[in-house]
Amino acid sequence: MSRSPGIGTQGSDVSQLEMPAPNRLKEIISQGTPYWFLSPWVIIYGIFGIFPLFFMVFLSFQDWNPSEGLGAMQYIGSTNYVKAFTDPLLYKSMWNTLTIALLSGVPQHLFAIPMAYILVQLGERARQWFTSAYFLPYITSTVAVSMIFFQMYQGNGIFNNVIVMFHDWSVTAPLFTWFDPDYPIQWVRANSVIQYSIALVVFWKYLGFNIVIYSAGMATISNDLYEAAKIDGANTYQRFTQIALPLLKPFIFFGVTMTIIGNMNLFDESYVLTNALKTATKDGMTISNYLFRIAWEDQQMGMAAAISWILFGVIAIFTAIYFYLFGREGLQEN
Amino acid sequence: MNIFDNALFQKSIYAFLKYGVLAFLILFAMTTIFPFVYSIVLSTHDQEGISSLGVSMGLGIDLVENYNELLQRTAFWTGITNSAIIAILGTVISIFFCSMCGYSLAVYKFKGRNVIFGIMLLSMMIPPVLSLIPYFLIVDMLGLMNTHFAVWVPFTIAPMGIFLVRQYVVASIPKDLLEAAKLDGAGEFRIYSTIVMPLLKPSLATLAIIQFVFLWNNFLQPLVILEGDKAVIITMIRSMQGTPDAPMGAIILGSFLSMLPLILVFVVSSKQMISGLTSGAVK
Repeated sequence: MSRSPGIGTQGSDVSQLEMPAPNRLKEIISQGTPYWFLSPWVIIYGIFGIFPLFFMVFLSFQDWNPSEGLGAMQYIGSTNYVKAFTDPLLYKSMWNTLTIALLSGVPQHLFAIPMAYILVQLGERARQWFTSAYFLPYITSTVAVSMIFFQMYQGNGIFNNVIVMFHDWSVTAPLFTWFDPDYPIQWVRANSVIQYSIALVVFWKYLGFNIVIYSAGMATISNDLYEAAKIDGANTYQRFTQIALPLLKPFIFFGVTMTIIGNMNLFDESYVLTNALKTATKDGMTISNYLFRIAWEDQQMGMAAAISWILFGVIAIFTAIYFYLFGREGLQEN
Repeated sequence: MNIFDNALFQKSIYAFLKYGVLAFLILFAMTTIFPFVYSIVLSTHDQEGISSLGVSMGLGIDLVENYNELLQRTAFWTGITNSAIIAILGTVISIFFCSMCGYSLAVYKFKGRNVIFGIMLLSMMIPPVLSLIPYFLIVDMLGLMNTHFAVWVPFTIAPMGIFLVRQYVVASIPKDLLEAAKLDGAGEFRIYSTIVMPLLKPSLATLAIIQFVFLWNNFLQPLVILEGDKAVIITMIRSMQGTPDAPMGAIILGSFLSMLPLILVFVVSSKQMISGLTSGAVK
């Protein structure tokens, strides 16, 4: 491999012998070229990414209220870590995050895969129309849609009103005897239901994304395979489970990975639906919300930094396990 | 003769299933779009109208009143302008930065390339909320608190965008072309700006979609950095939710209006947007 970083060859040896000085200078400049092109990343990521990350190690051993300026930092040893590890809310919010992830994530994929299968069978045009409808929530602001859901979840909101309608309608009334119109379901106020309310918004928002991924996956499966299976006597269901599903593995792996990553970061939905962490926070607060609350509402930046490192560790361990268990299998067919 | 062997019976079962599935898909699509439609209904009612709405989908007469209420309670158009500034500046600059970085990683062989590549990959795996505190610290240290600059700059070098461009350069820019330009005496930067950039258009369009949608909808960074007249529209609307006797009609109207630009773009070019936003997965 040549030392020269440039594209192709940097002038022949003959020309270098003839005029060494200008070529040498040119080479030095051109050796720097790739770094010049990369300089935006190096500078911005250096400043906003790497430096503060290391500074956070330092910060996690300090007691600091950000509103009092940088001078107010005080070294307090490992107190922050001890405080974080002994805070039951840390574990509770981790558990909430996991529960909401399962409540929203599992149905997402269970719905998306068969729906993608049906959509691909429908043909290009119909598929395009339906996909556009299902995808719409994905492009809209999570905060704005959560505000709309927040209203729909109110005591006098549409969700309760629909239940009241079924409760009052004689045909369905026997099914709704458990419901008392004077005490509507407190979707966003009661700890007992808040996780379902958040999960529904998450499900609604990301279903379309998964459908697109799976339809693209389905589209890569050759029609000949289905035809061959048909001749061998496989019905639609068998063709789905025996041909489509196994060939979709890499896409399922990608989709599930994206869902897990997205859910670890879940912040907006739960933040808005708990009215900025004011109601039903016991079960509605995710780990991101918890971190935000410690840092900005309790103004304990040092402890928040310690929690960040703890989460770093937890996430790294789970990522490693996940990729160890599923990574090879998921990627091999890609 | 068994009824199940009857061809007509089988055919009608098949038709029933087919239309059943189709009906399900349509119903599901309507449910998906429902919150958007319903937000239009809600934004035409005043507080009293909303609480007595029941299951009716009728439009009210208080749209103008809600709009005035919205303007009174928030600097709505300032928020929209701030969001637009952040999204547009961030998108335009990231087109330059991501394409430069992606081009460099695709075309040159140099010391430290694999290290940089590795760091980029790792940085993608760090959940954004964990880097929120270090981000806040550095913004504070640099004195960039409450500036739009601090909100869009870190995203102009999105690793996802850099990889997107890199893949595209590797796949579709012929090396011969670059070498020919070089032989003709074009400088490295000139090759990039006059030959490569125009060829990158499709991938840059994808990048622009991803970046604009992300920056317009981004909530976390503006929430901790911006306040007052600098705030973006969604943090403004969110903070209305917390006020006592919050006028829901006005809030919903504001939420809907804040989504409207993206919805309109989506209606016109849903195909491009979908393929752009899922380009990480679907090639």
